[in-house]
Amino acid sequence: MKLGVSRAIFLPRIGRPMSAEEKKVLDQEGMDRALVRIAHEILERNKGAEHFALVGIRTRGALLAKRFQSIIQEIEHQTIPLGVLDITLYRDDLTEIGAQPQVHGTEIDFDLNGKIVVLVDDVLFTGRTIRCALDAIIDYGRPKSIQLAALIDRGHRELPIRADYVGKNIPTSAGEEVVVRLTESDNRDEVVVRRKTA
Amino acid sequence: MSTAWTRKDLLGLRDLTREEIELILKTAESFKEISTRPIKKVPTLRGRTVVNFFFEPSTRTRASFEIAEKRLSADTLNFSGSGSSVEKGETLLDTGKNIEALKVDLVVMRHPASGAPHRLARHIKPGIINAGDGTNEHPTQALLDMLTLKEKKGRIEGLHVAFVGDILHSRVARSNIWGLTKLGAKVTICGPRTLLPVEAQTLGVNVSTNLDEVIHDADAVTLLRIQLERQQEPFFPSVREYAKTFGINQERLKRAKKDLLIMHPGPINRGVELSDEVANGPHSVILDQVTNGIAVRMAVLYLLSGVIRKEKNEDVDPVAQYSGH
Repeated sequence: MKLGVSRAIFLPRIGRPMSAEEKKVLDQEGMDRALVRIAHEILERNKGAEHFALVGIRTRGALLAKRFQSIIQEIEHQTIPLGVLDITLYRDDLTEIGAQPQVHGTEIDFDLNGKIVVLVDDVLFTGRTIRCALDAIIDYGRPKSIQLAALIDRGHRELPIRADYVGKNIPTSAGEEVVVRLTESDNRDEVVVRRKTA
Repeated sequence: MSTAWTRKDLLGLRDLTREEIELILKTAESFKEISTRPIKKVPTLRGRTVVNFFFEPSTRTRASFEIAEKRLSADTLNFSGSGSSVEKGETLLDTGKNIEALKVDLVVMRHPASGAPHRLARHIKPGIINAGDGTNEHPTQALLDMLTLKEKKGRIEGLHVAFVGDILHSRVARSNIWGLTKLGAKVTICGPRTLLPVEAQTLGVNVSTNLDEVIHDADAVTLLRIQLERQQEPFFPSVREYAKTFGINQERLKRAKKDLLIMHPGPINRGVELSDEVANGPHSVILDQVTNGIAVRMAVLYLLSGVIRKEKNEDVDPVAQYSGH
């Protein structure tokens, strides 16, 4: 409450509206290139498309995983198994947030046992989402290994987790947020950094 | 955006809005997948305690709740009316206060008196899920019926759903009537006059005593068991006559739509409301209902547990909860 009042007084004085301040850090072409590069890296490291599966974290990680699937299809002419993971039920902050977040469900309809799972998310930040995802995946079976691909790594890790494939490293401050927009969900491809609004 | 769940208790579908019912059904759809995994468990309710308090005999509802709780990693505790302090003369409120003092988070409760969970909910902090109160409501049963309808028919709005049998004593029918009419379905109740509630018209449903007419037009029929344990006086001449007039067999099924769904909350009295061939036949979705019951109960436990927790946090520091996230 107090914070809201002081902010309202403070803002007009420095004369800039908070919401308009968006800095684009990746455009459509940049994103395309990053995704194609990561797809090649995944193939190189796993020696082709035989042994791995893609699992995207809802919502935008799942969309990115689908893109990787089609890029790899073009390169290798093989369809990689694709799954979608909802980590809501594994979150460690359910006791702290307000009303329960909507659960959308997990869709993994192939056998994970013995496979290399490439986990895909849009932004790697504290690492807590990835921790949830690791728990969730292991409830489905025992993969040979799990690798992590993130479009953006913005730092500020709170857990010992790192990505195997990164589209772009973007140094941020804690007061900023990274917004990934994808054509499938937001009508355009771009990544912006802005001041946290709430 | 979508509705958020804000209720501490689930007492009946009478109190809920259409959006709240739809939220439960949507959440339940996502929970179905968990029961198909090799490891049928998520850590969501780890460290929470749920008490199943059944003042009335129950096998399937209690088993279904207990499985739902365990698949969400909650700790569970079962009480039944018989063999507990209730038999020694403890009042409902005292029992409730004692459960509260055990620091549990949720109470699943079945009671022979209509309104008992509503009364307890006003006096104790843990959230209460009504698992059947007298002849009033059985909300999770109606929700699982609706989930089954939605799954099999793709919608609820515009469907014609009939309930046949002892409507007067049926909390299942009552909850379904509240829920289905809110979601835009047409509901018909059918049975012997003596077993139809007098206030039927005010509930916004059609009333019929002719099953052949009803079955001709219905998309789904729920058969209700004759609850002899709730009937102090005879309501119809004989079980044989009842079965002939209000039971469904192959012959009667010929009048029905090709894709009619036969539903039953269980337990079935075979040869009375349903013949063997119909109960086991292609129209029957009775076992799908049982499977869906787990998902619906998981969804309700999940949604309610968010509210309970929030209230607890507010006890400590109402401000802390909204800052920093």
